[in-house]
Amino acid sequence: MLEPVNISLESLNLVTLYPMLIPVIGALLIICIDIFKGGLDKSLYVVMSILFLLIDFSVLLTASDVFANDGTAIGVFDMMLIDGLAILSQFIIVGASIFFIPLAMSGKKFHEASYPEFFAMFLFTIAALQFMVSTDSLILIFVALETSSLAMYTMIAMHNRNKSFEAAVKYFTMGALAAGFYSFGAMVFYALTGSVEINQIATVLAANGYADMGYVLIGTVFMLAAIGFKVALIPFHTWAPDIYEGASASMAGFLSIVPKIALFVVAMRLFEFLIHSGVIWLEIILYAIVVITMTLSNIWALVQSDVKRMLAYSSISHAGFVMAAILIGTTQSNTALFLYWILFSFTNLGAFGMLWMTRQKELISSQTTDHGYEKFAGMIKTSPMAALVMGLFMLSLAGLPPFALFWGKLYIISSAVTAGYTFLALVMALNSAIAGYYYLKLIVYMFMKDPVEGMNSSVYMGNASLALKSILGFAALGTIFAFVALNPLLEFITAFVYNSGY
Amino acid sequence: MLDNILSILIFFPAVAGIFGFMIHKDSMRAYGVSVATIEFALSLWLWYSFDSNVSGMQFMEQLPLVESFGINYLLGVDGISLFIIVLAAFFTMIGIASLTDTKNVKNMIITLLMLQMTMVGVFVALDAILFYVFWELSLVPMLYIIGAWGGPLRIYASVKFFLYTFAGSLVMLVGMLFMAYFYYQATGVWSFAILDWYRLILPENFQLWLFGAFFIGFAIKVPMFPFHTWLPYAHGQAPTIGSVILAAILLKMGTYAFIRFSLPLFPDASTFFMFPIAIIAIIMIVYTAMVAYAQEDIKQVVAYSSVSHMGVIVLGTFALNVEGITGSIFLMIAHGVVSGALFLLVGVIYDRRHTKMMSEFGGLASVMPRYATIFGLMLMASVGMPLTINFVGEFLSLLGFYQQSHILTLLAGTAIIVGAIYMLAAYKKMFFGEVTNEKNINLPDVNKRELVALIPLSIITIWLGVYPKPVLEPINNSVESIVQLMHDKSITQEAKSRIPNLVKDMDNSPEEAN
Repeated sequence: MLEPVNISLESLNLVTLYPMLIPVIGALLIICIDIFKGGLDKSLYVVMSILFLLIDFSVLLTASDVFANDGTAIGVFDMMLIDGLAILSQFIIVGASIFFIPLAMSGKKFHEASYPEFFAMFLFTIAALQFMVSTDSLILIFVALETSSLAMYTMIAMHNRNKSFEAAVKYFTMGALAAGFYSFGAMVFYALTGSVEINQIATVLAANGYADMGYVLIGTVFMLAAIGFKVALIPFHTWAPDIYEGASASMAGFLSIVPKIALFVVAMRLFEFLIHSGVIWLEIILYAIVVITMTLSNIWALVQSDVKRMLAYSSISHAGFVMAAILIGTTQSNTALFLYWILFSFTNLGAFGMLWMTRQKELISSQTTDHGYEKFAGMIKTSPMAALVMGLFMLSLAGLPPFALFWGKLYIISSAVTAGYTFLALVMALNSAIAGYYYLKLIVYMFMKDPVEGMNSSVYMGNASLALKSILGFAALGTIFAFVALNPLLEFITAFVYNSGY
Repeated sequence: MLDNILSILIFFPAVAGIFGFMIHKDSMRAYGVSVATIEFALSLWLWYSFDSNVSGMQFMEQLPLVESFGINYLLGVDGISLFIIVLAAFFTMIGIASLTDTKNVKNMIITLLMLQMTMVGVFVALDAILFYVFWELSLVPMLYIIGAWGGPLRIYASVKFFLYTFAGSLVMLVGMLFMAYFYYQATGVWSFAILDWYRLILPENFQLWLFGAFFIGFAIKVPMFPFHTWLPYAHGQAPTIGSVILAAILLKMGTYAFIRFSLPLFPDASTFFMFPIAIIAIIMIVYTAMVAYAQEDIKQVVAYSSVSHMGVIVLGTFALNVEGITGSIFLMIAHGVVSGALFLLVGVIYDRRHTKMMSEFGGLASVMPRYATIFGLMLMASVGMPLTINFVGEFLSLLGFYQQSHILTLLAGTAIIVGAIYMLAAYKKMFFGEVTNEKNINLPDVNKRELVALIPLSIITIWLGVYPKPVLEPINNSVESIVQLMHDKSITQEAKSRIPNLVKDMDNSPEEAN
C-alpha cells in the first residue's frame, strides 16, 4: 500500500507563482465578462489588461525586493526558480506589454481588437512567457513555449487579412518544427543525465567529464535550432520577415521584443554552462551563427523596399547582436544583454508604433505594400512632427549617440572588448555601420524627397489616437533621455545578474 | 555663471533652436542672427576671461553620467580648443547673417543652431564618450543640410558623407572602449576621461593598434588621402552655408582630435607612424593640388585646395614638436577663415549666375571690382602670401617638420608653391580678360548682406597675418604642456629623441633632433 504523500504547503513556496497567476486571472476574467455581456467596446479590455499588468508589475517589484534580500527562491516541487534573470526578464516582458497593449486603441477599427479573446490570449501569452523565464526545468519551458506560441499564432491570424493567415500558418508550421527540435534536444539531455533540470544536467555532465561528447553535441545543436527558430537567428530566420509583414504593426513590434527576451533567458541558462565547460565546438557554432546573423540580415535589409520588412531584418540583426552577449558569457555581457533589450524595446516600440499610426485601410494606387519607402517620401513637409519622431527612432536603431540604443551597443561592444573578443567587437561595430545605411534610407525618404501624390497627414496620422500618440511620445522621450536612467539601470541589472551567478 | 559657461555655450543654441519652432518664418532670420550673435558674444567672453598663461584645462565642469561605467559629462577648454570654438561661433553667426534666400529657411536655421551645439560640444568635451556623442551627432544636421538643400546629386553626396564618417567613427569607438578597458585593468575603475587616459602608459604594440583604430576615425573626418573621396561630393552638392561650415569647422574636428587624442595618448605610435603619415600628407598636398588644377568648377577647385591645405595641417601636427603643432592649430583657424571665405565668395557668384563653371565667367574684375578684390585677397591668403593669416600657420608647420626631415619638408614646401598655380589660374580664368559672356555684363557687385560676412573675414585675414601673437600665445602654452607630456610618457628611444624635451634643466644629454 502506498504511503500518502505528505507535503507541507509552505515547502511549495506558492509565492513564486503569484506574478504568473495575475495575468491568468485577468485573462479568465476577460473571458467571463464576455460571457455575461458580449459586444463591449475594446477600450474596456485594453484598460483591464493594463490594470492587470500593472498589478503584475508591482508584484514583481515585491519579488525583486525579496530576491535582493534573500536571494534565489525555489518553489512548487523545484519547478519554479525565481532568480535575478527571471525577475529582470519578467520586468521587461510585463513592462513592454504594458506599452504595447494600448496600441490596440487605434483610431481606425481593426479586426483583432474587436474580439475580447484577443486580450485574453495576450494575457495568457504573457503568463506563459513569465513561466518560461522563471524555471529551470526543460519540461516547463516547453509547456510555456507552446502555450505562448499557440496564443500568438491565433493573435496574428485575427488581423484577418490574407497575408495574416499566411503569416499565422507559416509561424505555426515553423513553430511546430521548432517544438519538435526542442523536445528532441531535451530528450537527448534527459537520456544523458536522467534529469530535465538545467543545473542538474550541468552537474551530471561535469561529473562525468562530458564523456558522451557526441550526444551532448547533438542535444545542443537541436536546442540551438529550436531557440534559433524562436528568436530568428540565421539560418532559422526565414519566417520572420513574412510574419512581420503579415501581422499588424503593433503585433509585429510585440513579436520582435517580448517573446525574444524570454528565449534569450532560456538560451542564457542553457548555453552558459555549455560554453564555459569548454565545449569548443559549441562556441564555434555560436560564434559563426552570431556573426552570420548580424551580417547577412543587414545585407538583406539593405535591399528591402518595405519599411516593415526592413525592420524585420533589422530585428534579426539586433537579435544576433544580443546573441553575441550570450556567446561572450561574462557578467558584463549578460548585463549588457538586458540593458540592450530594455533600450531596444523603447526604440522598437516607437518604430513599429509609428508604422501602426500610418496604417491605412485601403492602399492608394501607387502603393504596392502597406509600408513601402515611397509612402514616407517628403513626410517632413506634410507632417513634420511625425517625421522627426520617426527619424529619431531610426537614428536610435542605427546606434547614433546619445539616443537609447547607442548605450546598449556601447556596453555590449565593451563587454566583447573586455572578454578578449576583439574580432567580434569589430564585426559588431562594422555591422552597425552597414545598418546605418538602411535606417538612413528611410530618413532620406522622409526628409529629402518630395511627397507622393495622395500622401498627406491624413494618411500619416490616419490611425492615430490619443493613446497611440502618448505611447509614441513616451517612447520618444525614453529614447532621447535614456542616458539619465542609465546608471541606476546598470547598477540594478548588474547586481541582479551577478547575484544569480551569471 | 562663468563656472558653467561651456555648458551654456553648448546648449544655448540647441535650446534656442527648439524654441525656434515657435517663431514665425518671416522673423526666423532675425531670430537666428540674434541667437548666433549672443553665442558669439559668449564665446568672446570666454576668450576674454580665458587665462592665457595657464597651459592646462580651464572652466572645467563635471557631472557623473554613468558612474559605474566611468562616463562623465566633463568639459574644459584650453588654448588648443579655445579659438576653434570662437571660430565656430563666428562662422555660424556670419553664415546665418549672409544666408541667401532659401526655401524652408526656418528648418535651415534650426538645423544650423543644432549643428552649432554639436560643434562646440566636440571641442570642449573631455570625456571620450561625450566627445563621441557630439562627434556623431554633428553628422545628422550636416546630412540634412546637404540632403535637403543641395544640388542634383545631394542624396548620394549626403549619404556618402554620413556613412563614411559613421563607419570610421565606429572603429574609433572600439578603440575608445579598449582604452577604457586598459585603464580599468591598470586602476580598477572605468574611466573615459581623456585627462585620466593621459596618465596611462601603454606598451608600444598596444599603442600601434589603438593608434590605428583612432586614426581611421580621424583620417576619414579630416579627410586624409585615400579617404577623401566623400569630400568633393559633399562640397559639390552642399549649399553654400553647408560648405562653409563643413570646411571651416567640421573638418577641423579630425585634426583637432589628432592633437587631443592620438599624440598624447600614443606618443610612441605617433613617432612610429610619423613618416608614413607625413608621406600621406605630402601625397595629399600634391595630388589634390593637381586634381584641383584639372577642375572646371570653381567650387571644386576651392574644395580640393581645402583638402590640400588640410595636408599641411596634418604634416605640422605630426612634426611632434611645439612649432609644428602650434603652427598646425593656427593653420586650422587660418584655413577655417580662408576656405570659409572662399566658399562664401563662390556662393556669391553662384547666387547671381546659378553656375559654378569657370568657363562661364571671365573679366569679372571689371564688372564686380569689390568682389574681385576680396576674392583676390582670400586667394592670396590661401596660397600662403606673407602677411596673411595662412602664411603664419604654414610657415610654422613646415618649420616644425623641418626639424624632423629636411627632404620631406622641402617637398611639401615646393608642393605648396606649385599649389599656387591652380589658384592663380582659376583667378585668371574668372576675373581677367574681356567680359566674354553677355550674361556677366550687368552682374551687380557684392551687396551689403554679403559684405557683412566678407569684411570681418578680410580684416581677420590681415590682422592675424600681421600680428598673430594674441592667438599664438595661448596656443603655444597649451601645446608646450602636451609636447612635454608626450616626451615624458614615451617609452622608446626613438620617440624620446624625436619629441623634444622642454624642461631644460634635466640631466639628460641634450637631445638634438636629427
